[in-house]
Amino acid sequence: MTKMGKLVMVSLVCLLLIPVLVPTAWSAEAAPIIPQASGAYPWWIWPLLLLVVTFVMGIAAVLGGVGGGVLFVPIISGFFPFHLDFVRGTGLLVALSGALAAGPGLLKMNLASLRLAIPVALIASTFAIIGAMIGLALPTNVIQIALGVTILGICILMLIAKKSEVPEVPQADSLSSILRIYGVYQEASTGQVIDWKIHRTPQGLALFVIIGVMAGMFGLGAGWANVPVLNLLMGAPLKISVATSKFLLSITDTSAAWIYLNKGCVIPMLVVPSLIGIMLGSFVGVRLLKVAKPAMVRWIVIGMLGFAGLKALSKGLGF
Amino acid sequence: MTDKSGKSLQAGPEQVLYARILEKGMFFGLLILLITFTIYVLGIMSPYIKRADVSKYWSMSVGDYLHEAHIEAGWGWIKMVGYGDFLNFIGIAILAGVTILCYLSIVPVLWKENDRLYAGLALLEAIILAVAASGILGTGGH
Repeated sequence: MTKMGKLVMVSLVCLLLIPVLVPTAWSAEAAPIIPQASGAYPWWIWPLLLLVVTFVMGIAAVLGGVGGGVLFVPIISGFFPFHLDFVRGTGLLVALSGALAAGPGLLKMNLASLRLAIPVALIASTFAIIGAMIGLALPTNVIQIALGVTILGICILMLIAKKSEVPEVPQADSLSSILRIYGVYQEASTGQVIDWKIHRTPQGLALFVIIGVMAGMFGLGAGWANVPVLNLLMGAPLKISVATSKFLLSITDTSAAWIYLNKGCVIPMLVVPSLIGIMLGSFVGVRLLKVAKPAMVRWIVIGMLGFAGLKALSKGLGF
Repeated sequence: MTDKSGKSLQAGPEQVLYARILEKGMFFGLLILLITFTIYVLGIMSPYIKRADVSKYWSMSVGDYLHEAHIEAGWGWIKMVGYGDFLNFIGIAILAGVTILCYLSIVPVLWKENDRLYAGLALLEAIILAVAASGILGTGGH
């Protein structure tokens, strides 16, 4: 970890401890426990709970190999008193921060490919703007139902989708040749230098229209869809696909996040604890990765998502 | 290591530049966000919405929230940056804006390398993100 990274880590921990060490700053306003829309709990319970839940989520996201956004939106909208508008705005910022944190390292290591990302991001971010505008225009219950269906679909995708370390691409298609989307990377575990190129570029770009709309509409991030399209359809090696997908989120989610920000869907009291929780959880998750059993964690994540998807569906249907 | 086709194990100069700006912008935005949130939670600057009252609004739709709290959407937060809660928007805007800066910075590099197509695509992306950020596409809740 760099010096700057350590500084940020220490700052995050200090901030985490503020409510504990300086209780008066919070309790002075919290003293009159007013039963409100959020129930009969003091107001500060929810941000604190948000911090704890997102911390666990950050660990689960790393171990389960999913992005923070895809866990955040269904779980927080399902079990917290926050309106879906604010959950989606916060979810996008959570996914964006994760991508911003990972992006520089992945680009420097040449695992995320800027040449692959630029055309894909152009389409995904444009349609994420459209998705965000559609999502904010539709009634909340319609979005809840669509979110529930999407999350259950993601569970199925996680269960059935295969991965290919280095897919066979007999010949690069003409569009990827014109765009010069190809590269080499060294597989750290074997030392092998892998030469890669892609195919089916037009079909892949067309799918990013849908991915962009969904990312913007639900505030989910879109790693769950980016990786299968880049890897299985377009034939990019798995490591390049995962890294480029993570970096792509920093662009797709930026465009959608601005729409939510401009519409007023950002409340700092929800955003900052979520960012701190997810980031601290991710730091811990990376360390736990050595000892955890990824297959088991993956099943837990699928279970969590399935439950949250059903909850979103039932909320949308008014059960 | 570069082969005949120009493929290299090393990231290209535009990619390295993009990564450097992204890294600095991300750390800067995060640091600002942590400082401003500390100011907010410690009550060093008084918030526009009292912390104990935030829970009245977070379960409302965004339209109702803006209406009830008399908040101007879009870039209206700049006028309210003197309040502890709205101060946090500086860090959020930096985190959401750094990608635009990254794209703009690689345009001259790509142009210089005679990669006009990618220079155009990067510029187009920066314009799209800037339009999303500008608020032209609409502000305020539904």
